[in-house]
Amino acid sequence: MFDFTLPSLGADMDEGKLIEWKVKPGDAVSKGQVVAIVDTSKAAVDVEIWQDGVVHELLIEPGERIPVGTVLATLLEPGEEAPPQGAARGGRQAGARAPAAPGAGAAETARLRISPAARKRAEALGVDLARLNGSGPGGAVTLADVEVAVQPGAPKAPEAAPAAHPAADRNAEMRRAIAAAMSRSKREIPHYYLSETIPMARAQNWLTQANEGRPITERLLMAVVQLKAVAAALAQYPEMNGFFRDGRFEPVQAAHIGVAISLRQGGLIAPALHDVGSKPLDQLMRELADLVKRTRAGSLRSSEMSDPTITVTNLGEQGVETVMGVIYPPQVALVGFGRIMERPWVEDGALVALPTVVASLAADHRVSDGHRGALFLAELRERLLRPEEL
Amino acid sequence: MTEKFPELRANVIAILRSIAPEVEADELRDDRPLRQQVDLDSMDWLNFLIGISEQLKVSIPEADYGRLVTLANLLDYLRAKLG
Repeated sequence: MFDFTLPSLGADMDEGKLIEWKVKPGDAVSKGQVVAIVDTSKAAVDVEIWQDGVVHELLIEPGERIPVGTVLATLLEPGEEAPPQGAARGGRQAGARAPAAPGAGAAETARLRISPAARKRAEALGVDLARLNGSGPGGAVTLADVEVAVQPGAPKAPEAAPAAHPAADRNAEMRRAIAAAMSRSKREIPHYYLSETIPMARAQNWLTQANEGRPITERLLMAVVQLKAVAAALAQYPEMNGFFRDGRFEPVQAAHIGVAISLRQGGLIAPALHDVGSKPLDQLMRELADLVKRTRAGSLRSSEMSDPTITVTNLGEQGVETVMGVIYPPQVALVGFGRIMERPWVEDGALVALPTVVASLAADHRVSDGHRGALFLAELRERLLRPEEL
Repeated sequence: MTEKFPELRANVIAILRSIAPEVEADELRDDRPLRQQVDLDSMDWLNFLIGISEQLKVSIPEADYGRLVTLANLLDYLRAKLG
């Protein structure tokens, strides 16, 4: 028998609200399977189980607010016999909580795809999410659907119980969560910052050629080339990739890159693009497109929230030349890319205009020094000068 | 001269709104760079063009991206392709 607890879904999340169970007692589950959906200040997260087993008992009801670490369910190891009735509960620790009254309609809510703005509006208006018809992509509930639902004559949720947190404002909540994580970062992590201007003509030309024969749906973005280059450089400088926890650094071999994705209504999320170093660019492009789409739709997996080993931010999209990032704890580094723009460049004694990008590194002095950081950026530069090898 | 594709602007804006729902059709200036008026990153821009090419059945080579700065540029470009 083992406990399934609410995992940490990032440094800026300390509680969530159970929206829905995807399993029931008796179901066999396998590692990585989505077993529950939990709403956080940033997104509705598909929570995955981390080992195989058979669901024994669900301890939390949909609608409950639960802190990270709460025991959500108990499971039997594969092949384990169920204990006699009542025995399981006897030895339980304080982590278990008595199930509360079911949340309004939450239990029968099918997998709800809803934009954060729409969810916020619905909570403010007291609209029962289960009654909304989604008109967005994949049946997602959009802000407009919420507005339509409260028009006179629209089917109303008659005695919809008041939302758990009627005043909850997701934007304000997200802002608080980001502030808490960034304050912790600035308090705990002795940052150092480096930057390097990288000529991008070769990467741009290579990308143009690579995209020439492709249909528009298969074209690559420079962002993907940059992510792959970061992963390749990380392989040689592992002290930039991993977690600093309990006073020590835990390097991680695979580069699970947290990609900073801004949300249209404000705020940002940096979910993991998994194992970037081992995947071809085409696959990374598909996965990135999917990740951006799901992030904006508020539908992420728990591993994407908890796995990032480094963050890459591309503020150049907004036109800035340079970004000096704040490390997202417990990570130990952040790479920033500015705008790719033509700058005067001296090559072989001649002055030319070349597309360049300023790449920056914010890294954790508890783990590495500026010297290694400089070597890492030099390696990143070399990788971007040889895009055909990525 | 009558507009050969009266629905074109509305169609294009509907595709844009599927990516940037906050866009108000009558607040968009056709003669100003689109990406200065609407917060579109390169992924959004690509998805916008994918939406256009799939719904209007036109192919948009990457080499043409540079010409598509304003909404007016884009509409002229599409009219030429559809015409």
